[in-house]
Amino acid sequence: MALPIYATPFQRAWHYTFRFICGLVLLFLMAPILVIVPLSFNAEPYFSFTQGMLSLDSAAYSLRWYEDFFSNKMWLLAVKNSIYIGVASTCLATVLGTLAALGLSRQHMPYRGTIMGLLISPMIVPLIITAAGIYFFYARLGLAGNLWGLILAHTVLGTPFVVITVTATLSGFDISLIRAGLSLGASHSRIFFKVIMPLILPGVISGALFAFGTSFDEVVVVLFLSGAEQTTIPRQMWSGIREQISPTILAVATLLVALSILMLTTIELLRRRSERLRGQSPG
Amino acid sequence: MNEMVARTDTLNTLTADAREFEGKALRAQLARSTRLEKAKALLLVLPLLLFIGVMFIFPLADMMLRSTDNGPVAELMPDTAARLLDWDQFTLPDEATYAALARDIQTAQKERTLGKIATRLNFELSGIRSLLTKSARKLAQMESSDESWKQRLVQIDQRWGELATWSAIKRVLPSVTATFYLSSLDLAYDAKGEVVRKPPERAIYVDNFIKTFAISLGVTLSCFILGFPVAYLLSVLPTAKANLLMICVLLPFWTSLLVRTTSWIALLQTHGIVNDLLVWLGILSEGNRLDMMYNMFGTVVAMTHILLPFMILPLFSVMKSIDPSFMRAATSLGASPFTAFIRVYLPQTKPGIAAGSLLVFILAIGYYITPALVGGRTGQMISNFIAYHMQQSLNWGLAAALAVILLIIVLILYWLFNRIIGIDKLKLG
Repeated sequence: MALPIYATPFQRAWHYTFRFICGLVLLFLMAPILVIVPLSFNAEPYFSFTQGMLSLDSAAYSLRWYEDFFSNKMWLLAVKNSIYIGVASTCLATVLGTLAALGLSRQHMPYRGTIMGLLISPMIVPLIITAAGIYFFYARLGLAGNLWGLILAHTVLGTPFVVITVTATLSGFDISLIRAGLSLGASHSRIFFKVIMPLILPGVISGALFAFGTSFDEVVVVLFLSGAEQTTIPRQMWSGIREQISPTILAVATLLVALSILMLTTIELLRRRSERLRGQSPG
Repeated sequence: MNEMVARTDTLNTLTADAREFEGKALRAQLARSTRLEKAKALLLVLPLLLFIGVMFIFPLADMMLRSTDNGPVAELMPDTAARLLDWDQFTLPDEATYAALARDIQTAQKERTLGKIATRLNFELSGIRSLLTKSARKLAQMESSDESWKQRLVQIDQRWGELATWSAIKRVLPSVTATFYLSSLDLAYDAKGEVVRKPPERAIYVDNFIKTFAISLGVTLSCFILGFPVAYLLSVLPTAKANLLMICVLLPFWTSLLVRTTSWIALLQTHGIVNDLLVWLGILSEGNRLDMMYNMFGTVVAMTHILLPFMILPLFSVMKSIDPSFMRAATSLGASPFTAFIRVYLPQTKPGIAAGSLLVFILAIGYYITPALVGGRTGQMISNFIAYHMQQSLNWGLAAALAVILLIIVLILYWLFNRIIGIDKLKLG
């Protein structure tokens, strides 16, 4: 959107005003995330910048909240649980979701719209309703207060993402590749692993990352289903914000931001790879 | 000659027959193979469908049923239930009913089920809980006398002589009830069993539904106002630059919801960064720092921030596909840039606006975490009331009724989304 040389002064002014407005919105998006990074190194137990921090005094900065995080038993248990629940539910969600997406993308799939609607619904139904329903039902099955209940619940919440991303990858899939494979004498399983899988893998992995991200960030279902033993990172942050507000949660938040940068980079690289494989120019 | 014609005719009929036969066979074959394909496709979807059905849809439906479930009172007070079956509700019940009630209360006290009865009845008419426990205590101490049960019970508490108490008991006896839905809409039964409005100081849910709508609408609108320019800029910038700016949209999208809520607390609280900055700049004096957190304002700001990427991404993908030559054609035909934007560009972005707005609104209306953490007293939404009745007041029937109403609203919006945009068009990241 380069400004043409014949632009009137008014157009020129509008052009820069517009960019300024966009800059403000982007600042609104980024500032909250960036501001907690320096705050997490605060030597004082406050949520704001101290005089010392503003004058870049090294004594005003410390790693004490990180030390607190790494030496606190509850936090370490939360990390362990979060990873355990996240990995297990992601595996389940990825397998179930990918299979369903393969079925949904077939030419002769009956009731595609209705079934798709049902499978995506866990993403749309308000979490508090899901949590309430799951709480009553899982409690009766003896799944409340243990990790399996949380794993199953998070699998439910994660599958829509896998279904969406894998179906999207399959929408550009060329069926003649399968026919070519068959005509060359490959077995169905060989075609699946050698032709289909490599092509949809970027979609599968980004779906898995979404599912992991969802589980890793989910707190409402955890609040209903978990006992003290099943605490997770978001659950600890929740009680940190509600009860004993301490900068330790800022240290955790900073670590989580680092993790989200990592996930975002992976997703972006995968998207480009997928587009290259399908012969589209990276957008 | 004739014979020849006849023979060709027969031949023709024969081939036609053969063709028809072949056609039928082919069609049958096609149908069979299509059926097989359908079965294969279904078989792939089946595991997830079953999983979602058992682990999600069924629990949801099961919870919904609680919204009309009248509870265990009829079973726990069998004698009273039987006597009240054909009570006319206009005069006080007869002596036999009073006797049955006294018996039932004593049995319930012995079997420790009085608490359950009292809890359920208290949702119907507040204060009944204490009436029941008091009556049970007094009945246990009472020596036998020749006064009637009616006299004795009314002596214990005069509320046993009121129609309202008895009609409340009668209402909890059928297997289904409308009480919880009525409560959700700020309605209640009066002493005569007619539906009336609750007094204004106890009518909270209708207002809260309206507030939830208003907050969601406000969030959707601010997301649109903030998101539209950014999506436009991203769609017209060269790819490399756009990708760089896109990170600013995607990083918040990938950052934990609790992290973002925490950072808004750090920014907006009374001694937070924004207030500090305003005081330092001399815009505010130390004494009148702004209250921006733990109220509706804080909720709207934090929710707008969290949901903004859901507006920008669909808008961006639609704007990316709009041919810039339309705008150039419009201006070259004499339209002012403003007219060209309103009449040529804006109509083409409609699918993106619809997708983004519906998505943001659907997600906003069921929001729980952010209002719970930063909403304070004025920023609570309907989800927070559902959570309150689930976890604190333990009025599960009311929680379920509120959940059903919220769910119906969300499902209508979801259906609309599916009709207008198509769920398969939903893109992530």
